[in-house]
Amino acid sequence: MLLIHCPYCEEERPELEFRNAGEAHIARSASIAEESGEDFEKFFFIRSNPKGVIFERWRHVHGCARFFNAARDTVTDRFITTYRAGAPKPSLPKSASGPAAYANRPPDQLNVKRPRRKPASKGEAK
Amino acid sequence: MAKAAKIATAARSPIFAGREFSADGAKIAVLAPSHRLALRAPEKSLAALSKALGLKLPASPKSSVTKGSRSALWLGPDEWLVIDDGGKDPLEDCARVKVLHSAVGVSHRNVGLSVTGPRAAETLNAGCPQDLSLAAFPVGACSRTILGKAEIVLLRNAEDSFRVECWRSFSDYVLAFLTDAATDAA
Amino acid sequence: MTESFRIAGRGRLSSRTARFSFDGKPYAGLSGDTLASALLANGVHLVGRSFKYHRPRGILSAGAEEPNALVSVERDAARKTPNVRATVQELYEGLSASSQNRWPSLAFDVGEVNDVVSPMFSAGFYYKTFMWPKAAWKSLYEPVIRSAAGLGVAPDLPDPDHYAARYAHCEVLVLGGGAAGIAAALAAAETGVRVVICDEQAELGGAMRYEAGAAIDGQDGWAWAQASVAKLAAMDNVTILPRTTAFGYYAQNFVGLAERVTEHLADPKGLPRERLWQVRARRVILATGAIERHMVFADNDRPGVMLASAARTYLNHYGVAVGRNVGVYTANDSAYAAALDLKKAGVGIAAIVDLRDNPAGPLVDEARSLGIDIHHGRGVVGVGGKLRVSSMTVQPKGGGAARTIPVDALLVSSGWTPSVHLFSQSRGKVVFDDATKRFLPGNYAQDCVSVGACNGTDSLSATLDQAWAAGAKAAKEAGGSVARGTKPKVESGENFSGGVLGAGPGAGADKTVKAFVDFQNDVTAKDIRLAVREGMRSIEHVKRFTTNGMATDQGKTSNMHGLAIAAETLGKDIPEVGLTTFRAPYTPVTFGTIVNHGRGPLFDPTRRTATHDWAQKHGAVFEDVGQWKRAWYFPKAGEDMHAAVNRECRTVRETAGLFDASTLGKIEVVGPDAAKFMELLYTNPWEKLEPGRCRYGIMLREDGFIYDDGVVGRLAPDRFHVTTTTGGAARVMNHMEDYLQTEFPQLNVWLTSVSEQWAVIAVQGPNSRKIIEPLVEDIDLSDEAMPHMSVREGKICGVPTRLFRMSFTGDRGFEVNVPADYGQAVWEALWAEGQKHGACAYGTEAMHVLRAEKGYIIVGQDTDGTVTPNDAGLDWAIGKKKTDFVGIRGLTRPDLVAPGRKQLVGLKTKDPKTVLEEGAQIVANPRQPIPMTMIGHVTSSYWSENCGRSIALALLAGGRERMGETLFVPMPEGPIEVEICSPVFFDEKGGRLNG
Repeated sequence: MLLIHCPYCEEERPELEFRNAGEAHIARSASIAEESGEDFEKFFFIRSNPKGVIFERWRHVHGCARFFNAARDTVTDRFITTYRAGAPKPSLPKSASGPAAYANRPPDQLNVKRPRRKPASKGEAK
Repeated sequence: MAKAAKIATAARSPIFAGREFSADGAKIAVLAPSHRLALRAPEKSLAALSKALGLKLPASPKSSVTKGSRSALWLGPDEWLVIDDGGKDPLEDCARVKVLHSAVGVSHRNVGLSVTGPRAAETLNAGCPQDLSLAAFPVGACSRTILGKAEIVLLRNAEDSFRVECWRSFSDYVLAFLTDAATDAA
Repeated sequence: MTESFRIAGRGRLSSRTARFSFDGKPYAGLSGDTLASALLANGVHLVGRSFKYHRPRGILSAGAEEPNALVSVERDAARKTPNVRATVQELYEGLSASSQNRWPSLAFDVGEVNDVVSPMFSAGFYYKTFMWPKAAWKSLYEPVIRSAAGLGVAPDLPDPDHYAARYAHCEVLVLGGGAAGIAAALAAAETGVRVVICDEQAELGGAMRYEAGAAIDGQDGWAWAQASVAKLAAMDNVTILPRTTAFGYYAQNFVGLAERVTEHLADPKGLPRERLWQVRARRVILATGAIERHMVFADNDRPGVMLASAARTYLNHYGVAVGRNVGVYTANDSAYAAALDLKKAGVGIAAIVDLRDNPAGPLVDEARSLGIDIHHGRGVVGVGGKLRVSSMTVQPKGGGAARTIPVDALLVSSGWTPSVHLFSQSRGKVVFDDATKRFLPGNYAQDCVSVGACNGTDSLSATLDQAWAAGAKAAKEAGGSVARGTKPKVESGENFSGGVLGAGPGAGADKTVKAFVDFQNDVTAKDIRLAVREGMRSIEHVKRFTTNGMATDQGKTSNMHGLAIAAETLGKDIPEVGLTTFRAPYTPVTFGTIVNHGRGPLFDPTRRTATHDWAQKHGAVFEDVGQWKRAWYFPKAGEDMHAAVNRECRTVRETAGLFDASTLGKIEVVGPDAAKFMELLYTNPWEKLEPGRCRYGIMLREDGFIYDDGVVGRLAPDRFHVTTTTGGAARVMNHMEDYLQTEFPQLNVWLTSVSEQWAVIAVQGPNSRKIIEPLVEDIDLSDEAMPHMSVREGKICGVPTRLFRMSFTGDRGFEVNVPADYGQAVWEALWAEGQKHGACAYGTEAMHVLRAEKGYIIVGQDTDGTVTPNDAGLDWAIGKKKTDFVGIRGLTRPDLVAPGRKQLVGLKTKDPKTVLEEGAQIVANPRQPIPMTMIGHVTSSYWSENCGRSIALALLAGGRERMGETLFVPMPEGPIEVEICSPVFFDEKGGRLNG
């Protein structure tokens, strides 16, 4: 059982008190009725499912009942950080992004060929 | 419309009222009915609500404030459960408060149980995954959490005394679970 | 009943006798014995038959790693536990055990024919042989194989025992109670932090049980261990858990422990049989020790062949000699210690056979000085005897003249395997130490540390140094003070290093002898070579092909040998072949322990309403609706369900009925933006709904499909009383909270579940007003003052009520909400009034029929998550002028507006007496070839007493265009002809709402 840091209760609490609520940072359009089919598809159906860091929503349903966001590594199941709903997506330390660096791409770039690392050319900043 | 005088007043049937179970080191008892208020409010309303309720609503997580027979339990950043065992309905106290808030009476929604004795924490830990040591869950600490397969609100009112609040229809399960657990914890 | 192998003056057991039986024969042992030590004290080595070949098997070990000595322990008819390790089961007065996997008797087992025809049963045999005919697998092969192979027999009665569970938190959790674990716990405990230490044995002490050469702090090792445990036990911050196996190491230092509470007691005295501990620790110290390996040679499974440390344990702790003329076969020093202890106790040592060419050192010297024959540079290539070893055949490693030496027990040791199981479960990576040929903890993945033998530390003094330092460090890191105690001082100790891996002489590459690697699954060295020959390259494949290490002992003694043989055959180094993954549980855990309190009534909460007792008293039959018990129907004497439901339906429409609707979800929506929020969550318009009025609301998901429905009353401009379906209560609340918190956080509104605050009594039927009127104060119930779909707050029976004028039957109706504790009294008062008008109590079945007569849908029955409001004929409930609500965009998706969607219709069978089956399919032409084109399905179907015929609701493609058409419902007995009609069967004009 994982321990999850609830940003509202300000402490780690047992996973049993929480419920996952799917991917985070998918905003519902303020004028959703006029949204194009393509945009609605992205909003409602398409999720990233990365191998690596995922930004997802959790609810401390049997605790403070708040929804909040978390960055979790789907490979190690490790929570990198949690933060309050509405807060901007945090930038993560490089070590935290791991294999997700390539996996956390916009949906249309997923499931395509694994991008090859660009060979470093002379003069290029490291 | 009938005349009030002619109508027999319905008797109250609190569920499992007075039910008790004792094991070595832990005692479970179903508490008498209380008045309860589910209070929601933004920070700016707290002063006025605290004044009306006669106690300072706690602002930090996992904490409660008790004054006399009334306790206010922090459940979430804008959520409190106010319990009054003295017969005074906190819902009425909030009725005239004009600041932004939501007050909903839930006196009958919940059932209160007490778990007391030197093995009270062990009894609860049969089904509650939180650390209930005095360091992590001191006197006055409170939290919505789970017990086995039921949601509860847990309040530590003394070193070896807890109050468990659950929804009415879960009280059967919670009472049976605590009874089973107290037997083992003894 | 004499214990001929108990040696006076040896061992640490009391003199209290405990009687027991094995295979029906009575024996005596001592209190403190294990079943294994007690059997050995009586000279019994043969205790079981093997899994596949039914070979006679004895006792290999003295601990949890035991692969052979599996027995059934029976307390009574319901308490039969199969596959109990005799080496772990403590003796109690009256213990009754029996051997397994043999028929008709242990000494003469018909299944032994498998051993004779064993060439048929080589590795992969099942996969190759039982391929065809396919049908024979289920009917013939599997049942025969299952009964012939396998271990003990599971009991066929429900488990009468109870089990318990505990969540625990500590700063330092020590796994293993040997010298290392004890020292680490002492160091940690003295800093004041919470320490939990567990050990699988009855007493802590680990190897001190047999390590006669250990002396710590001026005492022998065992005495030091017991004194230290007593010191720990006296500390408030320490929890000592003996008889407790750490079986699983999970994320963030969450460790599962299984405590056997009563397995050792003759009378469990009402205690739980086992207790599951789920411990969260800031730091974990792994002190899990090491497991001795056997030697791999021909017929090394004969009863009497046992691990050297086990024989030593039986002698030094239990005072039992495992034989009178004992042979030793080893490749390291530690087995010499066993020979020396036995020799000093007066047991004859036939010879020590040592694979090493020039064994040297103090133990070897001492053996020589005691006159023990040492055959170095030689191996044991076979043994005599079948039900018990009678001799060993010794041959030089390189071949040559063999010599047979009579023995009645043969102690073996090929070295020690560090127990890295839990470390590996913690996702730590093991590394292979080439010098000592063993896997050791490498990179750590969690906040834990390994100490002692499991960390490859061979000497006692180094172990205690390491353990003490680790305990102090862990405690400090977890918030403890600086350790104050004094480190235990080791005056003398033994050193457990060296050894060999893989097959010994006579069991090499070209040999077809049965040299067992995995005793429990009957895997031989030859099987592993065969697996490699057949193309298995990875150890994971070899394991699955041969089943090596897949038995209940999870290969504790066999994995390293198997790996070494595979590596040798492949011509690779051991690390290249890899190590199989260690998974939880470390040793088997009972289902009882995992389920613990959650049995019987505690399996799942059973929720009952305030009127449950009344309903029960009045004969209600209940149905389960989620966790709720709901009154299904109220049969009178002589009535079956059909008759009761018909009467209830008729009575409601003729006069009135009372129905308990308390299980409906109820949510109070409060705040200045309450109406705005309702506008966003429901399809309907709410801003203009007057306080005091109600509206039927539909909630969609973002995809445009119906998610829930219910009547909503506006109590005040800023207060709505929302009802949801019974099953939807929790998820609708979650759905609303989700939108409120994350999409519309700017709205000043809050949600509170009041499902259980209010008991709800529906009073429905033409006389409903007459029934409630005498009990109500402050509310004018006239049609003018309180029309259909309105809500009032006032009093009923002198207690507060939220009174709804609404109907789920199509007749005039009310729903009386009262605080739950008053539910029963108000129901009884309404019942008394109802009796004056001939009203009945009705249950959920009649409720279903009555609403179906009116074509009212039930979300989840007539909808299935793919039904839009339009499909259900509820377009009218969508606010046409609204620019936003959840689902507004989904509703315009091409598929949702395309023609031909399934729409809600009514069905009338041609024969009015035929009641369709719910879920049945609808076709246009019943004579079309199979598979037919299905154009719809029946969602609800009942006999309607009020209509005098059967009625059904269905979802039918283009249904509203098909009114009057005849279609067919194909059934096994033939197609049923149906006519498509409006879903409203009764009172189409709706006049009865005010009737």
